[in-house]
Parts: sequence; structure tokens; C-alpha cells
Amino acid sequence: MAQSNKSNKPVVWFPFAAGGTVIAFFIPVIVLLTLLVALGKVPAGLSYAGLHGWLANCVLAKLAVFGIVALSLWSSAHRLRCTCFDFGLRIDTLVAAVLYIGAIFGSIATAVFLFRL
Amino acid sequence: MSRNPLIREVPPASWYFRHPRYLRYMSREITSIFVGAYCVLLVFGLGALADGKESYESFLLALQSPLSIAFHVAALIAALYHATTWFNATQVAMKIQIGEDFLPGSTITGAHYVLWVVISVIVLLLAGVF
Repeated sequence: MAQSNKSNKPVVWFPFAAGGTVIAFFIPVIVLLTLLVALGKVPAGLSYAGLHGWLANCVLAKLAVFGIVALSLWSSAHRLRCTCFDFGLRIDTLVAAVLYIGAIFGSIATAVFLFRL
Repeated sequence: MSRNPLIREVPPASWYFRHPRYLRYMSREITSIFVGAYCVLLVFGLGALADGKESYESFLLALQSPLSIAFHVAALIAALYHATTWFNATQVAMKIQIGEDFLPGSTITGAHYVLWVVISVIVLLLAGVF
């Protein structure tokens, strides 16, 4: 039986690296925005009219939000998988399956939500 | 007959207490828990937005609890820690060669920090914070 030498690592690794960069550039400022919401000072752009207006009318904004959320989810899933292993949870196949399926499910949900706007 | 193989006993759940470098590595690993949880929160927020004005506004209201503030502060620290360590690592991960010489690492990392500030200011402007 011919065995494939191809590794599936690049498929997992590329979104991970891209996601790490996206998280580094975008997540701190987005957390800052929702922290303002948590403190009761909702920025104009995060009110229903503001955010809905942006996302419903601008395809580029939808794509940007989808890219940021999906890549961040995938990267986080991959990092959490490594974190679980490093903390002594040695059931990697199960952990990887749960986290990657979760990330894929979350990405699809994000796409559906954005499509419905 | 072969000699007994050398077996290094590595405790799987407490190895990182052996060296400060391992602890630094693990502290960066832990940031992924907060960032991951925050991403899930973002998906729920978008879901509430898609459901309409009423459900989005109750989502915004639900964020205004002491627990949520504590989570956001923790997530912000985790995100900042991830970002700074990520940008500091870029000069090792992506070496840029120009002719015979390599671009200095500080230039590569510095460029990332500048871009980070620019992106953050643009997002804050678009969100109407200023």
C-alpha cells in the first residue's frame, strides 16, 4: 500500500500563524471596545444602529469581521490543543477533534450570522 | 544483551516548574484560554446582532456585570501579552535579507508595533470612541 508522505501540518499551521498575527493586531483593541461596553460606555460604533449599519451595508466589513473571528478561533483552538497537552492532558486526538470541530462550527456560525444581517 | 535504556522521568503536569523559562512559556500558553473564550463571546455577540435590535441590546446589557468586567480585564492583559510577545518574535521568525545584509531585528519588530498602533487607532476611530 502506497503511503502518502504529505503531512497535514501546513493545513493546520497556516491558519494558526495567520490567526496569531490577526489576534496580535486586532484582538487587543476589540477587547478594549467591549471593555468600554462592560463599563457602561457603549461606543457609537458598537450600538445596534452603528454596528448593524456597518455590517449590513459593507461587504468588506463583513469579510473583515469573518476573517478576524474565523482565524482567531482556529488559532486559539490550535494553541489550546498545545496548552492541554503541556498541562498533562495526554489525549491529543480527542482534544484536537473537539477544539478543531468547535472552531469550524464557530466559523460557520459567524458566516451564517453575518449573512443574515 | 542491550543496556538498560535511559528513561528521563518528566512529570507531565508539573514539568514547567523546573525552570523560569518554562514558566514564561506556560504563562504565554495560558493567554490562549482567555483569547479563545473571548472569540467565543464575539461569535455570541454576532449571533445576538443577527437576531435583531432587542437581543443585541440585551447582549450589551449582559456584558455590564462585575464578572464580565473582570473577564475583559483578564482578556485584555492576555491579548496584550500575546501581541507583544508575538511582535517580539517576528524578528526571529521572519528574517528579511536585502542584498548581503539582513534587516536589523529591531526594524522588523518596530514596524509591527507601528502597524499595531495604526490599526488600533483606525478601529477606535471607526467605532467612534474619539
